[in-house]
Amino acid sequence: MPEAANDAKTPPTDSHSGMTTTGHEWDGICELNTPLPAWWLYTFYACIVWAVGYWFVYPAWPLLTGYTHGAFGWQSRAAVVSDLAELGALRGPMNAKIASASLADIEKTPELLAFARAEGGAAFAINCAPCHGSGGQGSTGYPNLNADRWIWGGSLDEIATTIAHGARSQDDPKTHSSMMPSFGRDEILNADQISDVADYVRSLSGADTTNGVDLAKGKKVYSDNCAVCHGEDGKGSKQVGAPNLTTQVWLYGSTKADIAHRVDVGGGGTMPAWGAKLDAPTIKTLAVFVHSLGGGQ
Amino acid sequence: MSDISMRTKAMTLGEIGLIIVFIALACFSLLVASKAYDPGYAFHAWLFAAASCVAIFAIFNRYHDRPAEPPPQSIDGKPNYNFAPVKFMSLAAMFWGIAGFSVGLYLACEMAFPVLNFDLPWIAFGRLRPLHTSAVIFAFGGNVLLATSFYVVQRTCRARLAGDLAPWFIALGYNFFIVIAGTGYLLGITHSKEYAEPEWYADILLVCVWVTYLLVFLGTLWKRAEPHIYVANWFFLAFIVTIAVLVLGNNASIPVSIYSPKSYIVWSGVQDAMIQWWYGHNAVGFFLTAGFLGIMYYFIPKRANRPIYSYRLSIVHFWALIFLYIWAGPHHLHYTALPDWAQTLGMTFSIMLWMPSWGGMINGLMTLSGAWDKLRTDPVLRMLVVSVAFYGMATFEGPVMSIKSVNALSHYTDWGIGHVHSGSLGWVGFVSFGALYCLVPWLWNRRELYSLKLVNWHFWIATIGIVFYITAMWVAGIMQGLMWRAYTSQGFLQYSFVETTEAMHPMYIIRALGGGMFLIGAVIMAYNLIMTIVAAPRADEIATPAPALAPAE
Repeated sequence: MPEAANDAKTPPTDSHSGMTTTGHEWDGICELNTPLPAWWLYTFYACIVWAVGYWFVYPAWPLLTGYTHGAFGWQSRAAVVSDLAELGALRGPMNAKIASASLADIEKTPELLAFARAEGGAAFAINCAPCHGSGGQGSTGYPNLNADRWIWGGSLDEIATTIAHGARSQDDPKTHSSMMPSFGRDEILNADQISDVADYVRSLSGADTTNGVDLAKGKKVYSDNCAVCHGEDGKGSKQVGAPNLTTQVWLYGSTKADIAHRVDVGGGGTMPAWGAKLDAPTIKTLAVFVHSLGGGQ
Repeated sequence: MSDISMRTKAMTLGEIGLIIVFIALACFSLLVASKAYDPGYAFHAWLFAAASCVAIFAIFNRYHDRPAEPPPQSIDGKPNYNFAPVKFMSLAAMFWGIAGFSVGLYLACEMAFPVLNFDLPWIAFGRLRPLHTSAVIFAFGGNVLLATSFYVVQRTCRARLAGDLAPWFIALGYNFFIVIAGTGYLLGITHSKEYAEPEWYADILLVCVWVTYLLVFLGTLWKRAEPHIYVANWFFLAFIVTIAVLVLGNNASIPVSIYSPKSYIVWSGVQDAMIQWWYGHNAVGFFLTAGFLGIMYYFIPKRANRPIYSYRLSIVHFWALIFLYIWAGPHHLHYTALPDWAQTLGMTFSIMLWMPSWGGMINGLMTLSGAWDKLRTDPVLRMLVVSVAFYGMATFEGPVMSIKSVNALSHYTDWGIGHVHSGSLGWVGFVSFGALYCLVPWLWNRRELYSLKLVNWHFWIATIGIVFYITAMWVAGIMQGLMWRAYTSQGFLQYSFVETTEAMHPMYIIRALGGGMFLIGAVIMAYNLIMTIVAAPRADEIATPAPALAPAE
């Protein structure tokens, strides 16, 4: 009976450990009077001593109008500033040279080119790879940068301009802003005309077309609606960002359905204006890096 | 004859009051459903209305079936324990456990092969992730805690659970909260606070349930026939009280309208972040640690049939644990806008927390002294003991990771995921499984589990699964942290983010494999427990005389 144990003067002893119990019992469970393990207690004390010591060294306790600053006045902000300064000192001399050199000079000077590729490569991996892919290979809707097919121009300066101002970016008045009309959605062309012109566009790059289709009908639609931007020969125009249609490189897919869909909805992708986020030397190195990816022009 | 029963049998105040409350709630829910701005919210209002109607019906039905007198507090001098809600919550824990582990496995597969989200918004990582965490922590863990705390407090107080309808309100209300929270995530209704995703109306329901839980627990302690309160109950009470405070603090939000699920928190900026991690860390500290230590303090001595190793240690580590834990939250915000002094306090209190955490481990492990041999023959006890070992490992790793220079490497990496899972799979999962393996035969009055062999299988499959999981995440996390901080000699970052995810891909597959094994173990457990309920011999049955000296198989 637990009551008997509770009232007893000397609590029962556990036969295995030889330790007395507290004399209470709950649903058959007793508790031993084992003292605190010494190693446990002293490790606990040591942790407390260490913590108190840490409070004297580092900022620790809030006060009415501030906080205890610790022995050396350490601050995480100051630590970040000094880390960044260290990095700046490491990159600084070369960055200064990049800042003053022209893009063409950077590409011609091996020392500058190597540095620009390293800096541009790192910046590309962080900022550009999420859309253009880590190797610049692009994906549907995001241009391939390896293919020597440049929507907005592939010279060093043209690439730098596109990076700095983006495409259809709402934050930058100098952005590439022209856009393809929605020929189907806005009822400029009907479904038959879109089908015809999609076949014709495929024929421009030598791709096979629907059996028995009359390409002349598509050519007529093309000349009336598309040639003004993409050119009568289909070679595109970098002034308005109209892609070259005579190559096998497709931004939105190569099937007839893909092309018909693009004619239907029009539009175009957007790219941020990186000039607002990255400094001028970084943009320069990015331009050099991208230029080196797929044989710039 | 009907006259007599009419005179003696009457509705209690609780029954009448609850019926009125549920009628009002049903009407109000219908009003909200008709005016809701958001279809998901309207769906929830309909659920509330339906649940209220079911509750009204259930109360009437129960009234019809019950005897006129309230259930006696004791029968023949023995306490008349109220185990029906405990049975319900044990089964609910089993169900939610398997659901939560399955979602976790699917997420692990999505991490390894993102195409598995099939571009469907409802199963995108962002919506499934809170479904997984809430299902395992609050649905599985919560039901285990409710079931065990209601069992333990009755047995160790030798008193029937306080309240008549209240325990059922807690059991059903809490699980209804889980349904509202979980379906809300899939429909895109979220507070966007980690581990506190349910929106304001779900929080109100939770608070009602939780306050009732506190009152029932206190009421049972109040009625106890024992002179002292057993240590397990201290931990349960600390868990219940602190979770109430944490939930109220971190969900202090103002709804846009009663017709909208959206609400905004009253805290702003870094204060909000601090409150969030004060909540988040102590959800770990008081939900997943203090509560489950309560389980450990009952089920290990009970299963091992040994006294608790040290009463003094249990007192000192209890008070040290609850005093120190509550300060440690800022270590989740190292190197952020949180002031340096707060980061220091978070880190130093985490270090001081190491030994108080280990006090529970020592008391759990050393309680086995004199009964170590049982580990060979009793896989349930083995499960409980291994859970304590994982507890010790995770509560050492935690303080280490809180050290700022370690945190600079480990924070935001998969090391954190590994740490959490060594605690949750190893400690919380195993101690819950051990408790359920004990509880189900006791509750359903069965002599033993259906199969100890299956427990053994569960133990080994799940243990190997955990080892796969946490080692994969350690490797992935440390590699990821090192890759993020790697600079070239020219001062540029060496790796892009996508290169780190590519490098971790094999680890993600191993993680999914480990999680899959853990899930298989849980399915084995569910089968075993259901067969125990359905097919195991009753404890009070006279054992059928064995056929005389059958040869050993």
